[in-house]
Amino acid sequence: MSGSTLSLSNVRVALGAISVLAGLDLTLEPGELLLLAGRNGAGKTTLLRIAAGLLPPDSGQALLAGRPIAGFTRRQLGRRVAFVPQETGVPFPFTAGQLVLLGRTPHLGLLAFESKADVAAAEAALARLGLEALVDRSVLELSGGERQLVQLARALAQETELLLLDEPTAHLDLAHRALVLRCLRELAREGRAVLVVSHDLAAASYANRVAFLAAGRIAAVGTPAQVIRPELLRSTFGVEAEVLATPGGPVVWLR
Amino acid sequence: MRRLTPLRLAATLGALALLLALTLALGVAVGPSGLALCEVWDVLAGRSGGAAADIVLSVRLPRVGLAAAVGAALAVAGVVFQALLRNPLADPYVLGVSGGAALGGIAVLTLGGAAGLGYAAVPPAAFAGALGALLLLLAVAGPAGRLSPTSLLLVGVVFNAFASAAIVFLASLAGLAEGAQVFLWLIGSLADARPALVASVAGCVAAGLLAVVPFGRALDLLALGEESASLLGIDTKRVRLWLLLASSLLVGAAVSVAGLVGFVGLVVPHALRLLLGPDHRLLVPASALAGAAFLVGCDTLARTLLGGRELPVGALTALAGGPFFLLLLRRTQALRR
Repeated sequence: MSGSTLSLSNVRVALGAISVLAGLDLTLEPGELLLLAGRNGAGKTTLLRIAAGLLPPDSGQALLAGRPIAGFTRRQLGRRVAFVPQETGVPFPFTAGQLVLLGRTPHLGLLAFESKADVAAAEAALARLGLEALVDRSVLELSGGERQLVQLARALAQETELLLLDEPTAHLDLAHRALVLRCLRELAREGRAVLVVSHDLAAASYANRVAFLAAGRIAAVGTPAQVIRPELLRSTFGVEAEVLATPGGPVVWLR
Repeated sequence: MRRLTPLRLAATLGALALLLALTLALGVAVGPSGLALCEVWDVLAGRSGGAAADIVLSVRLPRVGLAAAVGAALAVAGVVFQALLRNPLADPYVLGVSGGAALGGIAVLTLGGAAGLGYAAVPPAAFAGALGALLLLLAVAGPAGRLSPTSLLLVGVVFNAFASAAIVFLASLAGLAEGAQVFLWLIGSLADARPALVASVAGCVAAGLLAVVPFGRALDLLALGEESASLLGIDTKRVRLWLLLASSLLVGAAVSVAGLVGFVGLVVPHALRLLLGPDHRLLVPASALAGAAFLVGCDTLARTLLGGRELPVGALTALAGGPFFLLLLRRTQALRR
């Protein structure tokens, strides 16, 4: 078990009077890309926030590399976990390069300036997502999709063992969607654990495993072919669908 | 990749320090009895005594020192508020934090006598007033900038109106209303520059600046939002509290001697952001130096503009800052659209 990057067991969280997660179990191994889907409001983002240490579970266990997440300092977590939330606004004219460089902060001292290695990490992250041309542009001038890519690049620059992403492809065109998903798959192959929350089930073809979240628990988890099936789509999302097996993975056709 | 290097930091701060030194020298030389810069230099070097030395050492130097301390304090407080509230329009005066400090100070001056509190209690009371106004603002604004930027400004406007009214009320109650003191307090003036007072204010401001400067990177991250800052390793609760205390100290110290000098915290950081970019590791110390130079320059102008009579410096900063604020508001709104 201690080999798992992330291990959630019997996690319960209520926000106010509403139970969001009700005894959730999920593990994520190094080198694995897991796609998490579920209805709106099913608790997907809450799960990510618990994994990022932003929200402590009311009960149950949340372990990072075998240690309770609550036992890490924010700085230690910043070196181990990167979280790309859905679009957050930036009120000041930071350049894309500056924003990505901020991802190196957990690795620096309070007063320290970035070393050559930090700059190299930021530049590699930008290059990986094809953002070299935007490096000195103010993020206030970028499109929503470009800002989303910059946020992702910042998370890559953090060089963490666990990467959490909330709808990373929501604002992206087809080419960039493919670029991001390929990049995430590569990161997993390099040995990191990647947890992607997305409504985009076609992204499952890039994932090792798929999990459906419903009623605060993992309703189904397994390979894409095991999970993306008509009866599970019906019970999780309440939709009638046909699933076509293709060489690239299962394709959902809604009726 | 364009980024802040130690060399660029040092060069920029060096240039701004030079600018400050020049405005200080000018501020000491200019006045009702004009002095040549070489005369000023002789006095400072201890080579000259007499009337010139009296003017320089007991009138002009404390005055420009006070202007520098107040300017630095307000500009840096502005930078901190803008980052914490994620709002480029935040400023100690616009948000009503200065108003809170002034109210605290006046409350001690008018009501404190009965409790045995003297003038020495004004700065701590101004600090408490600033902190109180800030906490109130944050309570109304909700967690980290949930309130829209313009709503936040409305809260500041309302609080300012309330504080001004309460100040006039307290002053009338104590029979101070006839005095020009309350007027000067409300408009912002550097006329009261007793050397001992200047020294204590400068000490508080220096402490506040030293407390903020190491948090440049943290301010960059807090400007992205509390959650982003947490995710990148900042202990946001502690850091925010520390910065709130430090900025209250800055505002409290400035207001306790100068009253409501407005817009310094808006004009200076914004101009610097345009010139130098938004990196707070540079922006914070640069704002301290440029804010000091700005207010020394404004005060020199305020002392000389009307010939023999002196204009309160707050009138000048507001005359310049008001239109500037409107321009900035338009720009900000356009960007958000």
